[in-house]
This record gives sequence, structure tokens and C-alpha cells, in this order.
Amino acid sequence: MTFVEDYPKEARIVRWSFAVAFVALGIGGLFGLIQSLHRTGVFRGFVSSTDYYTVLTGHGVLLVLVFTTFFIAGLFTWAVTRSLDRNLSYGVALTWFSTMLLGTIMATVAILAGLVPNSGISADVLFTFYAPLQAHPIFYIGAVFIIVGSWIAGYNYFQAYWGWRKENQGERIPLQTFMVLMTFLMWYLSSIGVAVEVLAFLIPWSLGLIQTVDPLLTRTLFWYFGHPVVYFWLLPAYVIWYTVLPKLSGGRLLSDPLARVVFVLFLLLSTPTGFHHQYVDPGIPEGFKFIAMTNTMFLLLPSLLTAFTVVASMEHGARQRGGEGRLNWLRSLPWDDPAFVGISLAGLMFAAGGFSGMVNAGMNLNYLIHNTIWVPGHFHLTVGTAFALTAMAVTYWLFPQITGKRLRFRGLALVQPYLWFIGMTLMSNAMHRGGLAGLPRRTAEPLYQDTGAALFTPIIGTIAEMQFQIAIGGTLLFISLLLFLIVVGATWLSARGGTLAVDGHIPTPLSGAENGPLILDNLKVWTVIAILLVALTYFLPLWGMLADGILAPGSPVFPV
Amino acid sequence: MEIHRFESVWVLVSIVLILGFIGTVTYGAVGIGIKMVDDAGGTIDDPANPATSDAFRDPGVYQTGQNEYEVYVVAQQFLFDPGTSQPIRLPANSRVTFHITSVDVIHGFEVSGTNINVMAIPGQIATITVDFDEPATYGIVCHEYCGAGHHSMEGRVEIVPQAEFDGGSQ
Repeated sequence: MTFVEDYPKEARIVRWSFAVAFVALGIGGLFGLIQSLHRTGVFRGFVSSTDYYTVLTGHGVLLVLVFTTFFIAGLFTWAVTRSLDRNLSYGVALTWFSTMLLGTIMATVAILAGLVPNSGISADVLFTFYAPLQAHPIFYIGAVFIIVGSWIAGYNYFQAYWGWRKENQGERIPLQTFMVLMTFLMWYLSSIGVAVEVLAFLIPWSLGLIQTVDPLLTRTLFWYFGHPVVYFWLLPAYVIWYTVLPKLSGGRLLSDPLARVVFVLFLLLSTPTGFHHQYVDPGIPEGFKFIAMTNTMFLLLPSLLTAFTVVASMEHGARQRGGEGRLNWLRSLPWDDPAFVGISLAGLMFAAGGFSGMVNAGMNLNYLIHNTIWVPGHFHLTVGTAFALTAMAVTYWLFPQITGKRLRFRGLALVQPYLWFIGMTLMSNAMHRGGLAGLPRRTAEPLYQDTGAALFTPIIGTIAEMQFQIAIGGTLLFISLLLFLIVVGATWLSARGGTLAVDGHIPTPLSGAENGPLILDNLKVWTVIAILLVALTYFLPLWGMLADGILAPGSPVFPV
Repeated sequence: MEIHRFESVWVLVSIVLILGFIGTVTYGAVGIGIKMVDDAGGTIDDPANPATSDAFRDPGVYQTGQNEYEVYVVAQQFLFDPGTSQPIRLPANSRVTFHITSVDVIHGFEVSGTNINVMAIPGQIATITVDFDEPATYGIVCHEYCGAGHHSMEGRVEIVPQAEFDGGSQ
């Protein structure tokens, strides 16, 4: 029995969520192509340099807010339903889906209206929407609907868990559900920051109800949310790396308890780290930046533990398939299975992204790379590959299960992750090197206007060569994305029937949950500790910003 | 809980690596003395008029010691004052403290090829001290999106030989 036969309503919610996610992915990806050609000067015919920022805002919001949130909500609907083996409330599911969709439409209209002359509506404020640059109110209200919708999705999962718990006293929480719940506890704790920023300050301010806002305070509230949000994107990829990848490798997960330890660490450490995005901000005492730095460094631990477990589980799988030798087992992995290839290449790129992240975390090193193109070089490896490529690849495995249709164009699906890997290698490598030379991010024209690139001093290569690689890489990534959309679209439109080539069974780990201490499953204990850590990190600095008045120093409105 | 021997080793190595990173950052801060921009620059009650604050002077270059200078820079859409219409001129072998603020939206202030890379936030003053040893020309770039003309917001820092330096801009 496939998922769609066992749980037709849940499968429908997953399909709808994926549909919105992939439409956003397509549009956001097209914007990415336009940017990579425009800012490198290869082709400037799509938009003017002023409209570049409309496209950039669309790229950011559609990919890291809409694509991620919808995909995650759909994936978690599958994971909770499957691992608890029970239905979710369909009414609640429809509520979060429509709330998030409404928010998406509002925010997207506000952004795209910026491309329409004399529309009077604009939201060219980028994904970070720092005040006092101001967008149209429907942009902020749309963003709130997306976030609130995601909270309702979390309630949907918790409700199912509570129902399961009543009937299964004393049992260990199934691993996938445990991971979903920990991710959402982290998400509830961290998204409070952006909710307060938008509801208490930016919406009243954009409606003219309050005259000023404090730019540093709102920026700090944004980054309270802005770092943990990357773990909200990453942890769903971890769910797949821990539970699906070992199976696709031909084996099973090594240790269930260690997977739980990793998710507990993420709940505790993801949020009290936001100041590492503000290392070079004035107005924040150095001590608080130092505390955020140590927390961020310790946040490496769960990712390093994951690297071990994932690679070891892959090796176990390869040996089950007859692999031998110290490294020769790598040959025995299913390199002709698109789902396996995409997920494992995503994991490999995440390792590289992790290393550049270690540099980002190094407080005083930030003078070198802050707001240079190094930073997007970093996060295109993390959210742009670890998450996005994992999402695309697991779709090749999951989509037949939620549609009952056999995957079409399997050959294209197999080419797609390899192409993404090559494109991202070119683009991200050049971005990292460009950042070390001081090349700024978030600009339509990164070079100085009268002297060109001469004021940037690359360590290796030339600015022109980096620009070229970024343009080539961006183009390959867009082609890879088109292949993905063709495969998914063709599969969706095809007729049901025939035998499915996938099997949705997930084998139990070698070391099961029963080997782990009971405290791991105690959601309350971890939540309380996480709240305490956040309070320790944020109470004093926020108090310092509030002490001179909630709206002071106050900035009036600067419409975009 | 079973933990494989290899995994124990891996955890140990990971923790050593993390402590090593924290150690190098701490050494940079305490040993070499790389100070982070912090709240020492002060705040401005009326962000649109920074010179009304005790913590900020009229934009320009001020000599404060034998080889010591203070530079007050205002960032605004889409220029640096000083920096854009006239370069910030300073002598070689000088120690320079920059005080940077914004009078409208959030900007960035990056002098590529140096350690100067800070945010310019309305109401806040970013203060950073650097040494300029050799004559050179550096580009200033706004690296935070600040509006439709963001990509045109740039400037110059010119470090000239001591003999050619004609004093501060005041």
C-alpha cells in the first residue's frame, strides 16, 4: 500500500503544498538567473538596475519563505502521518494551507507590483526588510500570514502527536515525528522575534499609526529570527538525511538515540546566536557578540555529529549491497538513483557550506567577509543546495507515493542533481573568492563605476573570471531547475496505474530508540532550557535598546 | 546509549575543533586586539541631524594628535559625506578613527582591502580605528541595500605621503 492509498487526504495536502512550493521555486529560480546575468554584466536586458532589487526581493522571499515553508509543511505532513500511522485533522490542514497561500499571494503581489510602472505599490525591501526602508503594508501582512500559517501547521502535527500519545502511553515518540516536533518547538521560539517586529512595529508604522521605529531594535528582532530560520530550513533536510538516505543507500540508520540528541541540540542552540549576523553593527556591546559567537561555534557540534552518522549509514548501506574495501564501498552506492544522488550530493555540498559557515561565525573574521558576496556564496550551499537539492531529490522518491504515479523522464531526473552540483560548484566558489576580494552582495552593479574592478584585489583569479563563473553557474542551475520541473510536471500530468518503482518502507535503525535515555523524549524539559538560554542571551541587549524608549532613536518613513 | 568507538573519537575531535575556533577568535580579540564595533560610538537622538549630538561632529577629517586623526562620515541615499564628492584624504603612517552614521536608511561602509567593514544605522554611531601605513587609494562601497540607487553609492579613501598632506578638511 502506498501513502496515497492509505492516507488520500493527507496525500492531497502534501501535493498541494508541493505544488505551491515548486511554482515559487520556478519563479524564484528564474529571478536568480536574471540576477546572475545582470550583476555580472553578461546580460542586462531583462530589467533595469533599479528593478534588479524588485527581482532580488522576489528571489529571496519566494525561495526562502514560500518554497521552503510550503515544502516543509508538506514534507512534515507526510512524515508525521507516516510515522504515527494516523490521520491529521483535515480541517486544520486546510486552515494552514489557505492561510499560508493567502499570505503568499499578498506578499507576491506587493513585490511584483514594483515591476509595474505607476502601480503605487512596491516592496523592494529584500527578504530582510530592514526599517526604515518601507514596503507597502500588504507585504508585511502577507509575511505575517505565512508565518502564522506555519504555526497552525505545527499545531496540526502536535495535535496528531497528542492523539497518538493518549493511545500509546510510555512508548517512544517515533523518530520522524520527534524530529518534526523539535523543529517546530525551535520554530515557535524563534519566529516570535519576527512576529513582534512586524506586528508591533512595521505594520502599524506602514499604516501610519506610529510615526517612527528604532532601526537597530527592529533589525535585532529580525536576526533573533533570522538565524534560527536557517535551521528551520535545514532540519527538514536532516530528517531526510537521517531517515530516508540510509534506506536509499541500501541499509539503515546507525543510531536513533544520537539522531534525537542532534535535534535536541538544535532546539537549544539555534536561537541564541542571532547576534553573529550583527558582529559589525554599532550599538551592541562586544560581550553579547562574543556569547553569540561561542553559541554558534557549539552549534557546529550537531552538524558534525550528523556528518558522521550520515556517512556511516551510507557505508553500512553500501556494504549491505556488497561494497568492500576502505573507500571502494563508495562505488557500490546507487549512483544511478536520482533521489540518492541528489540527497548525497546535497550533503556533500553542505559540508563545504559548513566550512564557510565556520568563517562567518568567527567574530573578528567578519570584518573580512561581512556583506560581501562570500555570504550568498555560503548560503547557496546551505539553503540553496543542502535544503533545495535535498527537497528536489526526495521528491523523486516521494512524489510517486503521494500521487500513485510512476516517475516520468527518469533519465532527466538523474542528470538534474549532477548538473546542480556542477553549477553550484562554479557559482559558489567564485562567490566565495569574490567576497574575499571585497566584492559586495545585494547590488545590481558590484564594481566601482569609474575605475571598474581595479580597486578589488583578488587573492586567486580575476574579478572578470569570477563574474563569468557566476553567470555560467547560475545558468546551469536554472537549466537543472527546469529539468526538475519537467520531471515533476510530466509525472503529475501522467495517468495513474502500473507498478510504482519505489517502496515507501523505512527500515528501523540498527540501534533503536529503546537504547536512548527517556529524557530525550521530554519535550517540556528541552523547551524550558531553550527558553532560558534565549533569555540569557537576549534579555540584557534588548533591555539596553528599549531603555531609551521603544521607538527611539526613531527613524521616520523612507518609502522604496 | 550505545556510542561506537569511532563516533566517540569523532565527537572528541569535533569538540576540540570547536574549542580551537573559539580560541582563535578569542586570541584575535584579546591577543592581537581586534576590537569589534560596539556601543562605544554612542547614539543620536535625532538621526536626521547627527551633528546636534555630542557624540558626532560635522562630517570631515580632524587631526587629534601627532599622527592621529578622526573622520566623521555621514552615509545617506546615495553618497558618503565625505568620500563621494571629495575623497577622504589622510596621510600615510597615521592612526585613524572613523565615526560613521546614517541620516536616512541602513547603509554599509566597507573600505575594500582594509578591516573597515561596518553597518551605518540611523541613530547609532559606528566607531572603528585602523592604521594606514602606506600611500594607497581604496574604494568605499555601500554594501547594504539602501534603495533604488544603491549600486551608485561609492567613494574613495586616499592615503597620501606625509609631505603631501595638507591637513584635515576642516
